[in-house]
Amino acid sequence: MRHALSIEPTPTSRQHFADDAAAEPAPYLQISHLWKTYGDFVALRDISLSIARGEFVCFLGPSGCGKTTLLRAIAGLDLQTQGTILQDGRNISTLPASSRDYGIVFQSYALFPNLTIEQNIAFGLENTGRSKAGVASRVAELLETVGLSAHGKKYPAQLSGGQQQRIALARAIAISPGLLLLDEPLSALDAKVRVHLRHEIKALQRKLGVTTIMVTHDQEEALAMADRIVVMNHGVIEQVGSPTEIYRHPETLFVADFIGETNQFPAHVLGDGEVEIGHSAFCCSTEEFSAGHAATAVVRPVDIIPHGADAHAANAIDRPATPQNLIDAEVREMEFLGMFWRTRLTAPRLGERTLVADFSVNAVRRLRIETGGAIQVEIPRERLLLYPRGA
Amino acid sequence: MNMVLEAPHLPMIRKRLRQEASRDDRIKLGFMAVIGLYLIVALGAPLSVMLSKSLSTYRFDLAAFEFQVSDETGANWGSVVSAADLNRELGAVTDNELSSSSDGRLAATKFFPDFKFRSPVHYRVRGTTDDVAFLVGSTLEKGTEWREYDSGTFRRVVLRPARSLGFENFTTYFSTPALAQSIYNSVLMAIVSTVFTISIAFALAYGLTRSCMPLKGLFRGILTIPILVPSLLPGIALVYLFGNQGVFRDWLLGYSIYGPIGIVIGSVFFTLPHAFLIILTALSIADARHYEAAASLKASKWRTFTTVTVPGARFGIVSAAFVVFTLVITDFGLPKVIGGQYGMLAVDIYKQVIGQQNFEMGAVVSVILLVPAVLAFAVDRRMQKRQVALLSARAVPYAPKPNARMDGLCFAFACLVSLFILGMIAMCQIAAIVKFWPYDLTLTTKNFAFDLMDGGGWAAYGNSIRLALLTALFGSVVVFAGAYMVEKADGFRFGRGVFHFLAMMPMAVPGMVLGLAYIFFFNNPANPLHPIYGTMTILVVSTVTHFYTVAHLTALTALKQMDPEFESVAASLKQPFHRLFFRVTVPVCLPAILNIAIYLFVNAMTTVSAVVFLYATDTKLASVAVLNMDDAGDIAPAAAMGMMIFYTNVAAKLVHALIARGLLARTQAWR
Repeated sequence: MRHALSIEPTPTSRQHFADDAAAEPAPYLQISHLWKTYGDFVALRDISLSIARGEFVCFLGPSGCGKTTLLRAIAGLDLQTQGTILQDGRNISTLPASSRDYGIVFQSYALFPNLTIEQNIAFGLENTGRSKAGVASRVAELLETVGLSAHGKKYPAQLSGGQQQRIALARAIAISPGLLLLDEPLSALDAKVRVHLRHEIKALQRKLGVTTIMVTHDQEEALAMADRIVVMNHGVIEQVGSPTEIYRHPETLFVADFIGETNQFPAHVLGDGEVEIGHSAFCCSTEEFSAGHAATAVVRPVDIIPHGADAHAANAIDRPATPQNLIDAEVREMEFLGMFWRTRLTAPRLGERTLVADFSVNAVRRLRIETGGAIQVEIPRERLLLYPRGA
Repeated sequence: MNMVLEAPHLPMIRKRLRQEASRDDRIKLGFMAVIGLYLIVALGAPLSVMLSKSLSTYRFDLAAFEFQVSDETGANWGSVVSAADLNRELGAVTDNELSSSSDGRLAATKFFPDFKFRSPVHYRVRGTTDDVAFLVGSTLEKGTEWREYDSGTFRRVVLRPARSLGFENFTTYFSTPALAQSIYNSVLMAIVSTVFTISIAFALAYGLTRSCMPLKGLFRGILTIPILVPSLLPGIALVYLFGNQGVFRDWLLGYSIYGPIGIVIGSVFFTLPHAFLIILTALSIADARHYEAAASLKASKWRTFTTVTVPGARFGIVSAAFVVFTLVITDFGLPKVIGGQYGMLAVDIYKQVIGQQNFEMGAVVSVILLVPAVLAFAVDRRMQKRQVALLSARAVPYAPKPNARMDGLCFAFACLVSLFILGMIAMCQIAAIVKFWPYDLTLTTKNFAFDLMDGGGWAAYGNSIRLALLTALFGSVVVFAGAYMVEKADGFRFGRGVFHFLAMMPMAVPGMVLGLAYIFFFNNPANPLHPIYGTMTILVVSTVTHFYTVAHLTALTALKQMDPEFESVAASLKQPFHRLFFRVTVPVCLPAILNIAIYLFVNAMTTVSAVVFLYATDTKLASVAVLNMDDAGDIAPAAAMGMMIFYTNVAAKLVHALIARGLLARTQAWR
């Protein structure tokens, strides 16, 4: 699976990549074998990554995973220990920050408090050979773009957090950089403003067509905004892919767990499409596993299908044919979360463990699911994912 | 799948990458080198020279000199004899007399009792090694060559001592009871003063933060007054109040104010503002929720005091204690005026250097004085590091509730202390404008006719203002630029660490020690910086260096409050750092820069300790004039000059407040 954005975990796949690269346009940003160490601590471990021109990429991961370190290496703010970075064909690996081509927005906005909004945006435009009028018209245009034309004469402290963030964005794109870096730009904002600004940034990025990298620890933000997501953990890239790929086909247990919610069960591979969870066998894809392997089986709460008290009766929804992986369960707790019900089930076939399942309001009403009641649920074969135990 | 395990280890073959330096980086590096060099020249080098001086002993090595004497014809020479042999026969010089100083001279004729001026006898002199030196008149001769002189010239031959490194100076120091006693005296005075000052300062700060007493602003103003006067001034006030002619002499029940009593009272006076401000800051950051929690747990007032109030301020108290201890033990002006025969280390340095011209012994006392100061400093820094932020962002500020008894008590105490401070100042003021305290109280201006007394006259006052202005200007620039490099320059981590260490050092170096170190370092003809010796420049340099640390910390605090990403943003916008510095950093930090300037100004006006060794005839200073006039017995004019310094500092404070308000209104509209 090679796209404009790729990882190269082994030497062989690197070879593949070289072949593929010839067929595709050269990536805009190409990072290869990047390391960052602080004494014995490895913050980035052999990171390789390519980003196409105009792409919106999110670095996603828990705090301390190395995503900000990677961004700062690209920006030249914290030099990597080893490795090369090519931007638009130019080797920028060891260039100082001021010789690289990017605009950056920080979580703190870093707006100059003693300069007006206009002066803040103009900061990067002055000293570049532009006329005064040229600077002024560019500033006006940028203020227009971020929808804050009325506030040019104000000071940053007089604006709301969301407005300040837009000014920081305007200042960063003022110099028309080839690359836009966003370091957790939305995490200091209220939830509502955050959702709103999310769309604005995405729309602006599409309009300008600027290659953009955003660092975030908020999976929802990443899923909503990114063309591609780079999931990182402990200084390595766990998976790179489009939001749907990452969500539907997490390549590692970490990714499955970090993006969305999961039920996890210890499992044993019985071989040939069958896995043992608790006391019984379930069907699932067992490629990559041989019989007898210990594994962790994962299923998301939303993927569990309710079937009422007797699934073999005609009231089974969704599927006319007899479903596989059907288990009897008892509803222990139900929690109403507005759009759906979160239920905690116990099923003798799964052993002691609780199974969390999200059922639509509709299904709960139709199947008369209630606390203490008995139902049957289906764990769809293709939604039951296996990962090596302990990973 | 498990990439952590599969991923290779860091290939160690290749070298660690290095970032290419941008133009900015090179400018910053150059800048840092300049300011670092300044600190080394102004602090590191003089101190190390002084240290080596304290370990240098000078002794005439008689075995190293050899003589030959001719007969009356001047042609036939007798046998070669060493000075040691001659001395053994004659006993011309005692062993004690052989110990000398760097300036020591021993006449060669001492070894020849038969020597006659204008006799035809000729003399030959030589050393046994190349380093042996002697003077003929003022020409220096060295080496193992024979040199021949007629008796007229031989009369002017003097031997020079040999320098050796060792702890002999220290041995001498500790075996001289009068000197060693000073260590005990100094430490005792420092401890006693610290206990008094901290108790009073804590009570005042407590009243100001935890009670609803009236006139808090006024008291706060009065309590900072002592900062504006030289530490000599309380000494002079005490002389007038309790001295031999003092009105309140009987209050001392026969004890003399000259000595420990005067030193302690005066020390409390001039250290009080320092301790008060530190403890006030510590007590101000109180979280009301802690008090509410204590109240809801039904804790008694006393229990709340010992479990909430005191622990919250304990780092402030400890820090204030160290500051006071250091101030007292290193102060020179006060014990000079009021100490009488009570020996104190800082005064000993002055006596050894100015009185006896014994520079080596001065250096020894300096090194000894450095020990407690450095120790106090080191312990304080360690404590500061352990301090954690007690005040979270969500703390609720404490607001005291009225309590008539408590408020009345606090108010009465604050009045009492204010009376003490104002009384001392008022005493000096009265002394300055009356004819002869306490016998003739007619008003006069004769005490301000400084040109008629020793000490430097009005020119000294002019010099002081010049020094204060130059120190404020030059000092703020150097200090702020230096702090900026420490805080904001990325890379050069080692250089920045060294720089920060050097910037923190002046806090631990007493002014007397710094001044003496400057003599050793700059008054050496071999030093290319020798020309600044005896000029205003060396006074400015020493004063900036002496007060560097507090100014540096002020600048650092202001810079730490700036968003660390400003530099990154400017770099991404391809703007040079100096543009950011002048358009954003300096304007935002302007209040702190002004505070540094006024701090340096006030201290340059009042300081005595470092400059007392460094002024020349045309750079006499007002504060030194106070000292010298007091020394000469002109106490009233000394008080008058002290008051001139006080007026000037009050005026400077007012101007500072005005400028600050004006500038802030114009440049800090965003606040």
